[in-house]
Amino acid sequence: MTDWTTVRADAEAIVARYPKSRSALLPMLHLVQSVEGYVSSEGVALCADVLGLTKAEVGAVATFYTMYKRRPCGEWLVSVCTNLSCQLRGGEEIYARLEDKLGLHHDETDAEGRFTLEHAECLAACDYAPVVTVNYEFYDCQTVQSAEALVDALARGERPAPTRGESLRTFKEIERELAGFVDEGGA
Amino acid sequence: MPVVQGMTHRWSEDQPWTMETYERTNGYQALRKALAMEPDAIIQMVKDSGLRGRGGAGFPTGMKWGFIPQGDGKPHYVVVNADEGEPGTCQDAPLMMIDPHSLIEGIVIASYAIRCNHAFIYLRGELVQAGRRLDRAIKEAYAKGYLGKNVMGTGFDCELTLHRGAGAYICGEETALLDSLEGYRGQPRLRPPFPAIHGLYGAPTVVNNVETIATVPFIVLNGVDWFRQWGTEKSPGTKIFSVSGHVNKPGNYEIPLGTTAREVIYDIAGGIPGGRALKAWTPGGSSTPLLTAEHLDTAMDFEGVGAAGSLLGTAAVMVMDDTTCIVKAVLRMTEFYAHESCGKCTPCREGTYWMVQVLERLERGDGTEADLQTLLDTCDNIFGRSFCALGDGATSPIVSSIKYFRDEYIAHVEQAGCPFAVERVPV
Repeated sequence: MTDWTTVRADAEAIVARYPKSRSALLPMLHLVQSVEGYVSSEGVALCADVLGLTKAEVGAVATFYTMYKRRPCGEWLVSVCTNLSCQLRGGEEIYARLEDKLGLHHDETDAEGRFTLEHAECLAACDYAPVVTVNYEFYDCQTVQSAEALVDALARGERPAPTRGESLRTFKEIERELAGFVDEGGA
Repeated sequence: MPVVQGMTHRWSEDQPWTMETYERTNGYQALRKALAMEPDAIIQMVKDSGLRGRGGAGFPTGMKWGFIPQGDGKPHYVVVNADEGEPGTCQDAPLMMIDPHSLIEGIVIASYAIRCNHAFIYLRGELVQAGRRLDRAIKEAYAKGYLGKNVMGTGFDCELTLHRGAGAYICGEETALLDSLEGYRGQPRLRPPFPAIHGLYGAPTVVNNVETIATVPFIVLNGVDWFRQWGTEKSPGTKIFSVSGHVNKPGNYEIPLGTTAREVIYDIAGGIPGGRALKAWTPGGSSTPLLTAEHLDTAMDFEGVGAAGSLLGTAAVMVMDDTTCIVKAVLRMTEFYAHESCGKCTPCREGTYWMVQVLERLERGDGTEADLQTLLDTCDNIFGRSFCALGDGATSPIVSSIKYFRDEYIAHVEQAGCPFAVERVPV
């Protein structure tokens, strides 16, 4: 069971960062995703309650942004850029192979809740095309083979080091960072 | 070769993102100098430098700062647009990962100049490693007294909040960004009033791109003449160019504005793999009209690219060789705009959707010659009739590709399929 008491305390800490409370809504939605792996109706209710908004107002914001997931996201969100620079260097082939390999299409999650696959819009790494991210960490200059190896390693329970980043975090862990809680318990 | 290290000299240092490296390499010396100046003198200095916004529009930065009404009794805000996402554009993410303190130092200087006591960085959510580096750099800057109450003992207060977005290209549009930062759907506002008068929380606000703000400390420290040693009279300085696609050495390169496209693509980025022919390229991301091999001698500055019929944009050069199907490339770019259209205005929301349908039909081989006119008519109804520049940008690849590659569209119709539909090995 989710302990919403601590989440509420964190939500109030987010509010304190801003001159006006409503600005806390985007990081607060990341916070509730860090608890349940998606924006649940309980999470929406918590945001609404803390900010004095209606659930409809919070829902309208949550549904606008692609990083907020409406169904539980897998532990590993695999995003393949298929925009032009990546397309020119093989991004579509990588995406097609991972679709086959994982048996998933865009924005689908496997039954075990391990992988979610998506084709992503430009990830601002065009100089390292084609690029794949896992929970938003960059794996640069991928090939069909290297992307397959990456997914295989994740399936074996390993956490391959990102090309430019630190250690790979789970989806819930990275969502907590996105709520602005970085280096808790030391860098 | 005209690659320089004016603003990027720290990029080759060991761990350039740390306070230790930054201070050792003249970090926060510009802030020290700025805090001893009158705020208006800093605005004048930035005006004199001729610095123009690096986020795409090229608006003079000093003039933007000068628009903020002073003595109005309202809070003022500096908001950094770090929502990088224009296809082809990838210079802000590495800048924030490698040299986050230059951005923070620029923010404090800009805040002092426009009399702002609370600044924000609106960071694209997906850029988690940049967020981590910025978060730590901000904490270091607070600990050293470069941020917070009484900055460097001068009595000037400057808070800085890092705010992460949640995946929406439209939030790079400055008024959509402000709505998003206020906790709403990121949809653009009607202008005027402009953010300089009615911005964040209805107060006067400067919204500047990452590279723009990160350039300010270098100008303040080294002077206007130093900055103007590069570039042209109207487009002074250097800019980080992102070069991607079919080139041997994709990358980010700091290059004086006014360098020719030929030098950028062939000398700096190493030319095209296999010596293949250049077909098309974007000067500044997918929202800027395509150019061709005929335009290789274009000077890569705001005026030069404008004269060639396109826009410098973010200096994001995406290179396509002669194996590229232009219809497919344009379809992919158009799908991006259809996905990212915020839905607020009809021309963009409906237009981008239908243009994808028509382009898909053409690429599949089910199109007709009349489809080209349909595309151009649709673009006519989007360009200048949309709420913001996203709609205008969506027409760029279509109109320019039909202008330069009409025959290729016709070939798709006549052959009832894509002439490039062969298995091709990615580079």
